[in-house]
Amino acid sequence: MLKRKVTSGTISIHTFFILFSLCFVLPFLLVVSISLSNEEAVLKSGYSLLPKNFDFTAYQYVFANPAQLKDSYMVTGFTAIAGTFLSLLIMALIAYPLSRRDFFIKKQLTFFIFFTMLFGGGLIPTYILITQYLGMGDSIWVYIFPSLVSAWYIIILRTFFQSLPVALVESAKIDGASEFRIFFQIIIPLSKPVLATVALFTLLNKWNDWYTSLIYIRSKELYTLQFLLQRILRDAQFVKDMSRYVPLGIDIGSMKESPLETMKFAMCINAAGPMLLVFPFFQKYFTKGLTVGAVKG
Amino acid sequence: MQYAETKSKENHFITTGKHSLLYKIKSNMELLILCIPAVICFVIFNYLPMVGVLIAFKDYRYDLGVLGSKWVGFENFKFFFTSQDAIRITQNTLGYGFLFIIVSLLSSVIVALLLFEVKNKTAIKYYQTTMILPFFISWVIVGFISYSLLNPSTGVINQMLKMLGLSPVQWYSDPKYWPYILTIANVWKGVGMNSIVYYAALMGIDSELFEAATLDGANKFQQVMNISVPTLIPLMTMLSILALGNIFRGDFGLFYQIPRDIGVLYPTTDVIDTYLFRGLRTGDNIGVTAAVGFFQSFVGLFTVVAANAIVKRINSENTLY
Repeated sequence: MLKRKVTSGTISIHTFFILFSLCFVLPFLLVVSISLSNEEAVLKSGYSLLPKNFDFTAYQYVFANPAQLKDSYMVTGFTAIAGTFLSLLIMALIAYPLSRRDFFIKKQLTFFIFFTMLFGGGLIPTYILITQYLGMGDSIWVYIFPSLVSAWYIIILRTFFQSLPVALVESAKIDGASEFRIFFQIIIPLSKPVLATVALFTLLNKWNDWYTSLIYIRSKELYTLQFLLQRILRDAQFVKDMSRYVPLGIDIGSMKESPLETMKFAMCINAAGPMLLVFPFFQKYFTKGLTVGAVKG
Repeated sequence: MQYAETKSKENHFITTGKHSLLYKIKSNMELLILCIPAVICFVIFNYLPMVGVLIAFKDYRYDLGVLGSKWVGFENFKFFFTSQDAIRITQNTLGYGFLFIIVSLLSSVIVALLLFEVKNKTAIKYYQTTMILPFFISWVIVGFISYSLLNPSTGVINQMLKMLGLSPVQWYSDPKYWPYILTIANVWKGVGMNSIVYYAALMGIDSELFEAATLDGANKFQQVMNISVPTLIPLMTMLSILALGNIFRGDFGLFYQIPRDIGVLYPTTDVIDTYLFRGLRTGDNIGVTAAVGFFQSFVGLFTVVAANAIVKRINSENTLY
């Protein structure tokens, strides 16, 4: 009796989760399916979960006009990698002194950093500073410098450094090691898990950045992938301009126009697909980051 | 960590006694140098813009600069607060803020409780991974998905309505549907990641408690209500109050990418952050826009500090500072 009850409960929970997880998987499949559909079939009878008149025309158009996609990949790749590396280095550098109990301005400096989480100048003053005074508007540097430091990540790093045994630092100092050496040869190698967590969060944020382009960038060559996708989704003319070259093997006479609608989705797959397959493998670090974040230093 | 703390108190390496400031600086020189790059970044990109809030009290002109523009006192604030926009965007920001806190709390706790009942390891892994997928994508991609669902002529939802014999809905031209659409989008993107914190807390419960309850004849539902839920309540309270502290800072991506910045939908989709963005984009009245930004930052500061004070009174372990 009891056993049967448990089983029926288990079945209903599994049924719920199978349906629930479909809500998360199907939308992605929908985008893939539209990109693989025939343009005319889509315009005539709408999007569907299974490709309509399966064809690769949209992809052929995307690959025949790769210039913009290439630019955006370069911009996003460079800013994400360089930005994450620099950002992690600078944040770890300050997190180390803040983790030291004997650092004489530890308290004041922690507040100096923490205060930026409570109050900020806001969009307008930041925009005016960056474009009018620092001259970083419409340049690649706007992706890197303004987002180098984040109070929250520094606090996470500091909390981890604090949990390392103090004796390590002390014995190294007795042996005559400088602080730089202690930081690079003792602290950094011991902190790989937290460094990986912060690096992955930063990398993900930079990879998914469209906001910086939206606010600061005018030149098409400097668009990030995500902003490129936004332009593509919103602006039919932009897609049209992007599909200037007709791919080989397509008979122009048979088609009045480039397959704009399915091309949007093919672009989406090409721009967002690769990393979306990579990030879930690091799920462990992301979920760890959440629980690390829940611990106050 | 406890061990490290007592240890450091016992043999303090560098004495922090009554030394002159100069001596302290000298003996901490290397550590100070490590701080320099980050401090410079904070000063330029976080503290300088704080000086820029002066713009809110000026008639800002790009050619005259921040310091050169004319002072106008509280004119910008008066202009905003007497406008139609003030009520709309404040109402929307706060309304969605409260709605999202409640809905995301309930959804993530329920998902965590249900997931906790799943015993098959592979199944747990699969469910969690699929639910977390939206965490890895930007709002732009969510925009693609919502567009393919809601597109009035080719969208999936209207096709389904037609199949059921109902008339299709013009989603992008009627504001009344948007509170639901935005709430669903918000839950869809966040529930996987949010439920993990609660799931982790449930994993921490001593399994003997459940065994004892089973022996005493408690059924599954009673166990959930009397063991699992009470375990989560402190965490639920803390996270909700902290979220209340951030209620004035909306998620720009959600409100900008999903309704596609369509004017007809503003009555139910315009929040402070989208208003600020439009103010910047049109550039008509930077002073007023800056005043709205200042209003947001200032109220935000107040609510975060208040939220933390409340949490501190309940349980000092869960505060931000």
